[in-house]
Amino acid sequence: MPELRYIDAINQAHHEEFARDERVVVLGEDVGRKGGVFGATTGLLDKYGEGRVIDSPLAESSIAGVAIGMAANGLLPIAEFQFADFIHPAFNQIVSEAARMRYRSNNAFGCPVVFRTPYGGAHGTALYHSQSIEAFYAHVPGIKVVVPSTPADAKGLLKAAVRDPDPVMFLEHKRMYRIVKGDVPEGDHVVPIGPAVVRREGTDVSVFAYGWMLYEALGVAEQLAPDGISVEVVDVRTLVPLDKGTILKSVAKTSRALVIYEDNRFCGYGAEIAALIAEEAFYDLDAPVRRLAGPDVPGIPFSKPLEEWFFIDRAKIASAIRALAGL
Amino acid sequence: MSAMEAKAAVSPARHSTLGLSDQDVLEMYYYIALARALDERLWVLQRAGKAMFVISGPGHEGCQVAAMWPMDKKRDWLVPFYRSIAACLVKGMTVRDILLGLFARAEDPSSGGRQMPGHYGHPRVKILSTSSPVGTQYPHATGIAYAAKLRKTGEVTMTAVGEGGTSQGDVHEAMNWAGIYKLPVIFIVENNEYAISVPLHKQVAGGSVAARAVGYGFPGVTTDGADVLECYRVAKEAYERAKRGDGPTLLEFRVVRLGSHSSDDQQERYRPKEEIEADRRRDPLRVFGAYLESVGLLTEAKKKEIADRVKREINEATDSADESPLPEPESAARYVFFEGD
Repeated sequence: MPELRYIDAINQAHHEEFARDERVVVLGEDVGRKGGVFGATTGLLDKYGEGRVIDSPLAESSIAGVAIGMAANGLLPIAEFQFADFIHPAFNQIVSEAARMRYRSNNAFGCPVVFRTPYGGAHGTALYHSQSIEAFYAHVPGIKVVVPSTPADAKGLLKAAVRDPDPVMFLEHKRMYRIVKGDVPEGDHVVPIGPAVVRREGTDVSVFAYGWMLYEALGVAEQLAPDGISVEVVDVRTLVPLDKGTILKSVAKTSRALVIYEDNRFCGYGAEIAALIAEEAFYDLDAPVRRLAGPDVPGIPFSKPLEEWFFIDRAKIASAIRALAGL
Repeated sequence: MSAMEAKAAVSPARHSTLGLSDQDVLEMYYYIALARALDERLWVLQRAGKAMFVISGPGHEGCQVAAMWPMDKKRDWLVPFYRSIAACLVKGMTVRDILLGLFARAEDPSSGGRQMPGHYGHPRVKILSTSSPVGTQYPHATGIAYAAKLRKTGEVTMTAVGEGGTSQGDVHEAMNWAGIYKLPVIFIVENNEYAISVPLHKQVAGGSVAARAVGYGFPGVTTDGADVLECYRVAKEAYERAKRGDGPTLLEFRVVRLGSHSSDDQQERYRPKEEIEADRRRDPLRVFGAYLESVGLLTEAKKKEIADRVKREINEATDSADESPLPEPESAARYVFFEGD
């Protein structure tokens, strides 16, 4: 199995889906000649032409709105938003139109659009190139939300998203693009939207995370093992629909739960996981459910010490796990 | 023989020069009359407590019927807005379909009773589902037209919005896209000079929506919405332009709003009485009817025949829709996502 970078797996999924089905198109800013600012659509224009690889005007609401129309008329659009921070003008189109299309038409019209966007903080990304947006969309019935945490999942879940008859918000943590590498199955590797996966078995504490936080949690679990702390790490990977079974099963096993998310703590997605555990696994718990999340400030500040203050790094994760494990 | 009659006798009627048969124009008149009478029925039913809400388009019917007339009802797309009642009827929705929506019945083809009345949609006749935020439909029309061009289906897409909706960024973005890619789409603005209570001069800088088309590199035309034949002429030109692959057209129809914004609004509170009265002179039903009378097509007998047909259809549809069952409560949980074929 070839080892690929996360971004290359995304790119490979595009190429394979473009070859498989001529209804697949991509639209977004700089997705054509440049191949996207992160390179997700590299090589598509030369192979498939301007008809299917569309450099859109710099107008996010219409990237979503035009994609919705394309989907109504037989295409399978992948709408790329250059940064999750810039998707907000499209909120109305995604929430009022895409997510409601099937429901409001009583199943007469679907909306098979993939909304792809890089989210999350990396060094120097500041307030407007770093936002986590999953909670906004996970709150809205009618749209699925996917956050792959490995290159294999990035490929497999993107392929599943393209084939899904409903809208999918596909979030890629930008810090993973070039740092995270992993084995990626060749050929038509499809990962179903829905199931979570236990990435590391453990007995003392369950950690629930996705995206870059998952990757960091795995690193910390490794570090803590020699100290006799056995950490189970669950990759949530599909936020909507949520795989409750895998989460509850893990809590039943470890009796301690830590939910990690980079988004602001208040009303963040992890609060939903914490509520689920509190409601449905209360008697399994030996300690209150804990959340480790981004501080409640309006954005990740730019200057290095300020940024470090915000980021959930391995030291913060390790101390949260130690505190919860009582070790 | 008067001078006017003599002139009519020697020169062909105006509609004939546009390629419309006598039967065409009488059928157009029928649809305008049907939409108007249906509209009135909706309001009566709402005032009688049979429906929660009405939003409709009295005064807009002429331009809607005219604009739809050149379209291929089976092949082409309509992306409507909440005043598009006449356009939806021409496109293939039935009176009963619209009344099922008013009564919010399970059979309502637009939404199964999930949406407020006036939120049209119908997959079988290619009318895309509509929402309440104004202007969002414009990018959808652009997307449908993009797909039509890419897939070489020959479909033309028509969408409509009020002049208030043109203030939305989505409307600009959609026309910019369509201009760049020369898409087969017709953008209609039904300008009745009021967005609920806000008048045109506080809505449209420069006073003309059509003038904005220059900036997108395609034609923009302003037409009197009471002049049904002129509306048809410009719509046909726009349609042929789209079919030829020459790109979009923006059609601004200057229409009158012969009623309040919706059943929850009282226009008498913000519009002068004289203005509301004056609008009646630009009622397309009346103006077009007068034309058809002048060319001898709409005789008293014909008028009665059409009125009887309209009345019968609406009465039958009202009864039939009213007998149709309400949705089952538990069905509200369905179709959040695809549930299989």
